[in-house]
Amino acid sequence: MIELKDVSLGYDHQAILNNINLRAVPGEMLGLIGPNASGKSTLIKGMTRVINLFSGHISIDGQDIKNIKREELARLIATVPQNAVLPEAFTAFEVVLMGRTPHLGLLRYEGEKDIAIAWQAMEATQTHFLAERRVGELSGGEKQRLLIAQALTQQSRVILLDEPTAHLDINHQVEILNLVKSLCLEQRLTVIAALHDLNLAAQYCDWLVMLNGGEVYTEGIPQDVLTVQNIKQVYGAEVCIYPHPVNRLPTTLITAGEDKEERTYIQR
Amino acid sequence: MARVLSDSISNPAIPYSLRWRGKAYTFAGLLGLLLVTVISAATIGSVHIPFPSFFEILLSRLPFVHIASSCPETFVTIILDIRLPRILLAGLVGAALAVAGATYQGLFRNPLADPYLLGVASGAGLGATIAFLIPFTISWMTFGAVPVFAFAGGMGAVAVLYSLVHIGKTLPTTSLILAGVALGAFLNSITSYLMSTCGEELHGIVFWLLGGLSLTKWAEVWIVLPCVLAGIIIIWLYARPLNVLQLGDEQAQQLGINVERVKLILLSAATLITSAAVCFTGLIGFVGIIIPHAVRLIWGPDHRYLLPLSTLVGSIFLIWADTLAHTIAQPTEIPVGVITAFCGAPFFLYLLRRRKRLVFF
Repeated sequence: MIELKDVSLGYDHQAILNNINLRAVPGEMLGLIGPNASGKSTLIKGMTRVINLFSGHISIDGQDIKNIKREELARLIATVPQNAVLPEAFTAFEVVLMGRTPHLGLLRYEGEKDIAIAWQAMEATQTHFLAERRVGELSGGEKQRLLIAQALTQQSRVILLDEPTAHLDINHQVEILNLVKSLCLEQRLTVIAALHDLNLAAQYCDWLVMLNGGEVYTEGIPQDVLTVQNIKQVYGAEVCIYPHPVNRLPTTLITAGEDKEERTYIQR
Repeated sequence: MARVLSDSISNPAIPYSLRWRGKAYTFAGLLGLLLVTVISAATIGSVHIPFPSFFEILLSRLPFVHIASSCPETFVTIILDIRLPRILLAGLVGAALAVAGATYQGLFRNPLADPYLLGVASGAGLGATIAFLIPFTISWMTFGAVPVFAFAGGMGAVAVLYSLVHIGKTLPTTSLILAGVALGAFLNSITSYLMSTCGEELHGIVFWLLGGLSLTKWAEVWIVLPCVLAGIIIIWLYARPLNVLQLGDEQAQQLGINVERVKLILLSAATLITSAAVCFTGLIGFVGIIIPHAVRLIWGPDHRYLLPLSTLVGSIFLIWADTLAHTIAQPTEIPVGVITAFCGAPFFLYLLRRRKRLVFF
C-alpha cells in the first residue's frame, strides 16, 4: 500500500503539486488522469524519490520513503518511465536484466535465477523473441514493452506506470494493460498508472484520481469521475459520455470540428 | 500465446552465460598477449637482446633461484634499468588512459569524451610549463618539479571545475563538459602565453606536451603503479552501475543506484589515474579516446567487459607504440603521441568501416 499525505513537490522551489492526498491499495489499479502539465509525471517521480518533496509524507506499507535506502526502495517500487533513453548498443535481454540491479550487490553477477526472472518478464510482455536484438533496432512500442519487462524484473510490490501505452498500437495497449491488470489481481500488486487515454483509464482502473493545476480535482470510481462536467472543467473539452456497450463503463467520445450537427462528405 | 511461442525460442540462459565465459577467455588471451608484448618489447631496441638472455637476467634477480648470469653486464643494465621500467610505465599509462576514457565516455554518454575532457590535460600542461620556468629547483623524493606540478595541475583543474559546476549534490553533465572546454581554453591560453615568452625552455615544454616515455626510472613506476591500480580497480567495481547509468539518471536512480555518488566516485578515480599517468609522461593523445571505442566495436558495450578489456588493450597498444617510437628512427626518438595517432587512427577507421550500423552506447 502506498499513501500520500499533504504532499507538495516540484522543481527548483517552484511547486508543481500542492497538498496531494491519495492512497493506493494492493490489488487495485489506480489511474492518474488530468491534462498535460497537471503534474502526473512529477507525482510519480516524487514517489520514487527522483525528486524530493517540499512537504508532506509518502509512505509505503506504513514506512516513510524518506527513511528507506535507495536500493531498498527500488525493491519496493518499480517505475516504467515516460521518456526513457535506452542504450542502443545493448541487447534487449541485457536491458531487461538491468531490472535486477536492486537485488544484486556491487559485485554479484546475475545468476540463473535472475536470468530466469528476466526471461519470464520478457515472455509476459512478448519481448522474448527480441532478446538478442540490439535496442537501437527496436521500434518505439517494442522499447516500451522492454521497459515494462524491466519493471517486472524488479519484482516489486508497487508498480508505477507513466503513460505505459503512449507508443503502443491498440493490440499492444490491450495486451500490456491486461497483463498489468492480471498481475495486479493475481499477485495483489499495487499499480498506479498515469494515463492520457480516458477510455483505457475507465476500462482498466478501479479508482481514478483527476489532477488539475497541481491539485486533486476529484477522485472516485470511473463512473463518478468521468462526467461531461468534470471533463469540461478540467480539460476544457466538449465530450459526450456513453456507457460502454459491453460493460457499461463510461466511454468518452469526441466530435470533430465546430459544426457538430452536419458533416459534408467529399464525393469520391 | 506467450506460452506457445516460448517453446520454439531457446531460453537465453545458456547463450548468455556462455558469452560471459567467452569474454573470460578473451581476457585471459589478452593477458597472455600483454606478457608476450612485454617480453618482446624488452628484447627490441638499439641493442638486440636474445630471448634466452632476457629470461636469464630475469631469473638471476629472483630470490631463491641461483643462476649465475652469463650475459654481459651491459645487457643486465639495459634490461633492468632502462627497458623494463619504460615498458611497465608505458603499460600502466596505456591502461590508465584507456580505462579513464571508457569511464568518461560511459558517464557522459558521449562518444567524443576522452580522459582530457575535463581539463586534466590543460591543468597538467600549465603545471608542467610553470615547473619548467621557475628559476629555482624544487624536488620531491627523487622527482623534479615537473611531475609534481603536472599532477597537481591536473587534479586541481578538475577540482575547480567540480566546485564551479555542481549544484547541491547534483552534477549536470552537459554543464560539466561545456565548463571543461571553457576551463581548458582558459588554462591553455596561459600556457601559450608562457611558452611564447619563455625562450630556451621552449623545447623541453613542447616535448613534454607531446608526451614521451624516455628516461623512465623505477621510482616513477613505483609511484604510478599503486595510483593507477587502485583507480582501475575502483572503476572496475562500478562497471554495473555504469551500465545502468546508460538508462539515464532518473531511471538509474529508480533502479536503486545512488547516481550522484557513483558519478563522483568514477569521476574522481578516472581523474586520479589520468593525472598520475600524464604527470611523468606528458600528454599522450589518442589512446584514451580510441581504445575504448575499438574495444566497444569488437566486444560490445557492457562495461563489465569493456573496462577490463580496455585496460589490457590500452597497455598492449601503448607498449608497442612506445617500442616503435624509440626504434624506427634510431638514434633519435619520435614522440609516442605521433605513433599512437599515426598507427591507431587507420586501424580505428577500418573498424568503423567494417561496422555498417554504428551504435556506441
